[in-house]
Amino acid sequence: MNELVTSRANPAEQARTLRRGFRVLAVEALGPITVLGGIVWAFAQPYRVTFFYPEGKGFWDWAVQPPLLVVLVGLLFALVVAPGIVDDLESAERGDAPAG
Amino acid sequence: MLPRAETAHWLFAGGFLFLGLVVLAEAMVGTDVFRRRRWRAYLWPSLALSAGAWLWLIAIFSTFSTLHLLAHSVWAQAATAAGAVQLAVVRGRLHSSYWSLVTAGALFVSGASFLVHEQNGWLFARSAFLHHLIGWTLVVSALFPVGAAFLPRRAIWAYGFAITWIAVAVMLFADRDIAPIFGHLSDLAGGAR
Repeated sequence: MNELVTSRANPAEQARTLRRGFRVLAVEALGPITVLGGIVWAFAQPYRVTFFYPEGKGFWDWAVQPPLLVVLVGLLFALVVAPGIVDDLESAERGDAPAG
Repeated sequence: MLPRAETAHWLFAGGFLFLGLVVLAEAMVGTDVFRRRRWRAYLWPSLALSAGAWLWLIAIFSTFSTLHLLAHSVWAQAATAAGAVQLAVVRGRLHSSYWSLVTAGALFVSGASFLVHEQNGWLFARSAFLHHLIGWTLVVSALFPVGAAFLPRRAIWAYGFAITWIAVAVMLFADRDIAPIFGHLSDLAGGAR
């Protein structure tokens, strides 16, 4: 082996690492993209956010504001679900036993 | 104190969006990695069962029309059946990939129920348009679990299933009780314009 002749396993390993990196990035991006979608929606249709137009609004208008609901779902996924999936994806690649 | 129909639809949209993200993440990393923590495996069946329970609640209060009561009951029954079967699959009681045909049936029946109980045309009002669109989306998306039953190793079925719920969430978020669709709003739709 030298700089011109390398192991045949290396390209396969690189491809696997690249694929894993892409999947980690994709899972980590799902939550923030959803949050961003909710924020963009709130600016595009501010009348759907009760905080911007509070006059005469009832309980349900305050409790359920669609763009904020999207932000909430994105945050829930990003903070509760995604980190564990990324950890498990990396530990699975290392061959660790499941955390349970 | 009961919420308006559109408010209930937005709440369901939030739930479906979360379900879509969860199922999409599972499609991305694979079932083995996704189920390394048991609680994650229970997310989709528990969300389906919760949706079923809430839909039964809505069915109880949908007394303004027999058709709506029946439609909500059908959705509740479909969600409960799909969630229960998926729960049994996750717990290891059921093993065959053909059990995803129950999910396919639930999607098809739910979609058909949307189409049957909407008696107005596509451009009658936004809610009518969305009933047609969601109905056809669910009917067509029933193909994804069918594919998963017969070709379970193909990831495309899981991606399709996940995208379906995100799309349904977007459609439900777009719902308003009375609103025009592409500038059209029937005189018979009611409400102030």
